[in-house]
Amino acid sequence: MRRRFFLRRLVMLLASLLIASFVIFGALFLAPGNPLAALSGGRSLPPSSLQALQARYHLDKPFFEQYWYWLSNVAHGDLGLSITLRENVTTLIASRIWTTAGLVLYASIIIVVIGIGLGILSGLRRGMLDTSVLVVTAISAAIPAFVAAIVLILLFAVKLGWFPALGNGSDVVSNIRHTTLPAVALAISSLAIVARVTRAAVRAESGRDHVQTAVSRGIPRRALVRRHVLRNAAIPIATITGITIASLIAVSAVVETAFSLNGLGAYLVQAAESKDIAVVQGISLVLVAAFVVVNLLVDVAYALLDPRVTLGTRAQ
Amino acid sequence: MSEQLLDVDGLTVQLPVGARLRPVLRDVSFSLRAGESFGLVGESGSGKSMTARAIDRLMPSGAQVSGRISFDGADIAGLSGAALRRYRQQVAMVFQDPRAHVNPVRRVGDFVTEALRTNMGVGADEARRQATDMLDQVGIDHPDRRLRQYPHELSGGMLQRVMIASALLTKPRLLLADEPTTALDVTTQAEVMAILDDLRGQFGLTMIFITHDLELAAAVCDRTAVMYAGQIVEIRESRLLHDDPLHPYTAALAAARPDITRTADRLLAIPGRPLSAFEAPPDECAFTTRCSYTSDVCHSAVPPLAQLDTGASRCFRAEELRGRLGTVTRS
Amino acid sequence: MTTIVALEVVEIGDRRRGAVRRLRDTGVVGVVCATVLLVAVLAAIIGPSVTPDDPNLPNLSLTYVGPSGGNLLGYDYQGRDVFSRLLAGAPSSMLGPLSVVALSVVAGVLLALVSAWRRGAVDAVISSGLDILFAFPAILLAVLATAVFGAGLTAASLALAVAYTPYVARVLRGAALRERSRPYVAALEVQGASATSICLRHLLPNLGALIVAQATILFGYAMVDLAAISFLGLGVQPPAANWGVMIEENQAGIVQGYPLPALCAGSAIVLVVIAVNLLGERLFEQA
Repeated sequence: MRRRFFLRRLVMLLASLLIASFVIFGALFLAPGNPLAALSGGRSLPPSSLQALQARYHLDKPFFEQYWYWLSNVAHGDLGLSITLRENVTTLIASRIWTTAGLVLYASIIIVVIGIGLGILSGLRRGMLDTSVLVVTAISAAIPAFVAAIVLILLFAVKLGWFPALGNGSDVVSNIRHTTLPAVALAISSLAIVARVTRAAVRAESGRDHVQTAVSRGIPRRALVRRHVLRNAAIPIATITGITIASLIAVSAVVETAFSLNGLGAYLVQAAESKDIAVVQGISLVLVAAFVVVNLLVDVAYALLDPRVTLGTRAQ
Repeated sequence: MSEQLLDVDGLTVQLPVGARLRPVLRDVSFSLRAGESFGLVGESGSGKSMTARAIDRLMPSGAQVSGRISFDGADIAGLSGAALRRYRQQVAMVFQDPRAHVNPVRRVGDFVTEALRTNMGVGADEARRQATDMLDQVGIDHPDRRLRQYPHELSGGMLQRVMIASALLTKPRLLLADEPTTALDVTTQAEVMAILDDLRGQFGLTMIFITHDLELAAAVCDRTAVMYAGQIVEIRESRLLHDDPLHPYTAALAAARPDITRTADRLLAIPGRPLSAFEAPPDECAFTTRCSYTSDVCHSAVPPLAQLDTGASRCFRAEELRGRLGTVTRS
Repeated sequence: MTTIVALEVVEIGDRRRGAVRRLRDTGVVGVVCATVLLVAVLAAIIGPSVTPDDPNLPNLSLTYVGPSGGNLLGYDYQGRDVFSRLLAGAPSSMLGPLSVVALSVVAGVLLALVSAWRRGAVDAVISSGLDILFAFPAILLAVLATAVFGAGLTAASLALAVAYTPYVARVLRGAALRERSRPYVAALEVQGASATSICLRHLLPNLGALIVAQATILFGYAMVDLAAISFLGLGVQPPAANWGVMIEENQAGIVQGYPLPALCAGSAIVLVVIAVNLLGERLFEQA
């Protein structure tokens, strides 16, 4: 039963990826003017460059053949050529991907440790801790990453000088120092959402009848919480955490721009501004793929945690 | 008295609803000897489930409990922490809706052996062996396979048997069965009841059996108590309940059940609807609005639960109505 | 049969409580949030016409000057009055998210109703289509759209509306399916009412509370996402006034020791989003 669930999700997500790639590719043709003009980004290029573009993208062929060529190129790791930098998009992405990956990973750790941690603590107890968590999360859930970014820069970089404000680091340690504020900015609002959902899930599970059964048997509280409350709440918690982490992939662009990190997201924005379409397509594809993979992992986790799962999408 | 296993004296429970406290149980008193089976009968809202929960100390938060419940002579109200857990280990509860009361993400085997392994330190293999044994006794086929399955793979009836089996595994001294067969279809009901009765006799368990079905309780229990509006209105030996009830409500309940051997022109029903404890008037008998025998004295005060013959009745006119109640329905 | 229908009719009546009564039921917090939102909406409508100073005229002698005298919030990196720019930026900052929400809610509700009403193959196709749309994070779609169609509020708003539609549709589809399976719908069908009239006159109003709650929360997300797009330079273009743009413009000021302009714009966004989130949560509880 579960195997079919996985297979179906996998097929759905591969289909999503395929259609997404189609949309990303097709965007070229939605742009005003012809594809050649879009690829050159409104610049006037020498005829030799134009011809090279024509050949590389098979612009004389019908639409679907072009798509096929593009797709097979992608499958071979060729994501096109950057107009502005005259380099392979793949190379450009590879040099920046670790910054983004590191940022998202760092933020994810913060979300998991602090978000889930706070949620569990305030879900299991009442009183001051719970109220303060509710208030703090209500506020921080509303703070967009770029607002958090400027506040953090103000407080910790300018006023306190604990962390550098902008740029990447040179080695591992300084990398971590440079990525800390951005990671926190990225994590703040997601952390609040995860904490609130965790708290709600823990509260809901604590009130369930099967927990009463365990109480009536005299099971000690710690075992009760671990086996019957947390274990059951893990399902919605894992789901919301996964979804939230997936959303970090896109928002990282904003944080990277605010902190001048040279990650994929910042580069995507620059490429969009300079109308370097090939780069935009390439990075979009990578980001969508990452997003889709994370969602698949969430589905896998959900199926592993909940033995009742049947065919279809995960229940909300 | 040392032979009383459980003594409930003046149990009164109020629950917070919004800003106010609402009474749910009013002055509930009864005692059980070890080995006795005791039925608790009433309609919805009568307070029977709440009584069982009070005995197991499973009250919702904010509940105000007064009165005294003693187990083996000791007051359970003061228990907390490890002592409370030890008490709870001696009292096993079988709940009404098995699907809601069994953790759906853990295997059946985990559920059945949890108390054994956690509270009594029994090893995993030994616990599984005992569980397989008990599942067999309650009539579950392929017990070893069932232990590895998840609750959603078992039917309601099977799950209820699993609950009963796991309740009996720890050899409790008191079994609280809260409408264990209400959620099941009639055939399964009969099977599960038979198993419960059989095992109870085998293990010599003291049992409180909660149901809305007077006949069922009378068939299975030595004594039966009838509850109405949060109070006990009658306690009677089961074999006398039908022919010599001591309270008009009991008689009406018995009469309302259609007799399978006769064709009736009309179905007899008690006029009005059952009151919950908080709706009951505070200074008169709660049943007056629906009673066929009501008179002035019934409006004077709340009748006390008074001894009568071998049982008890909460009716001012119980003595004078004695003998007439059992025959009133045959018309 | 009569009893069942009678009960259902009572339920319908109960659920269509007046808007004012619903607002009161959200408690003190809900009312406060609604007031904050009202102020923001007011600012969006009349803001640009009541600015104390010219929000667009640069005056470099006043660069980053702090609050003084009658001026509460100081001046920004081009010497323009921050308070005036906040007011001038209110329309684009509020109307953008409003249009996103309006579009995605209309599309989402339509898809949900069709999906829930027809069920079967139609539902499967629509659901699969929506599932695929879920693969696109909203901001990414907006960036893609601005890369192709040029920077600006229109492209970004449309992209966001497309990206949000599946979320609305999914929530509403579940609720619509539940509504559709209730006895009163069958009763109406038997009486010969057409699908459209049942959907519009009965299903839709009963889903109304849920739609409003969802729209409220979505407004918060739209506001954040659109401001982010403008912050990235892909939305509203400077020197036009917009809260997201203001943060980006005055960013340098933070490192230089003049955080106020950026913080003011940031606070405006955060306040509205908090209000919208808290109100939306409470509306959800009622729905």
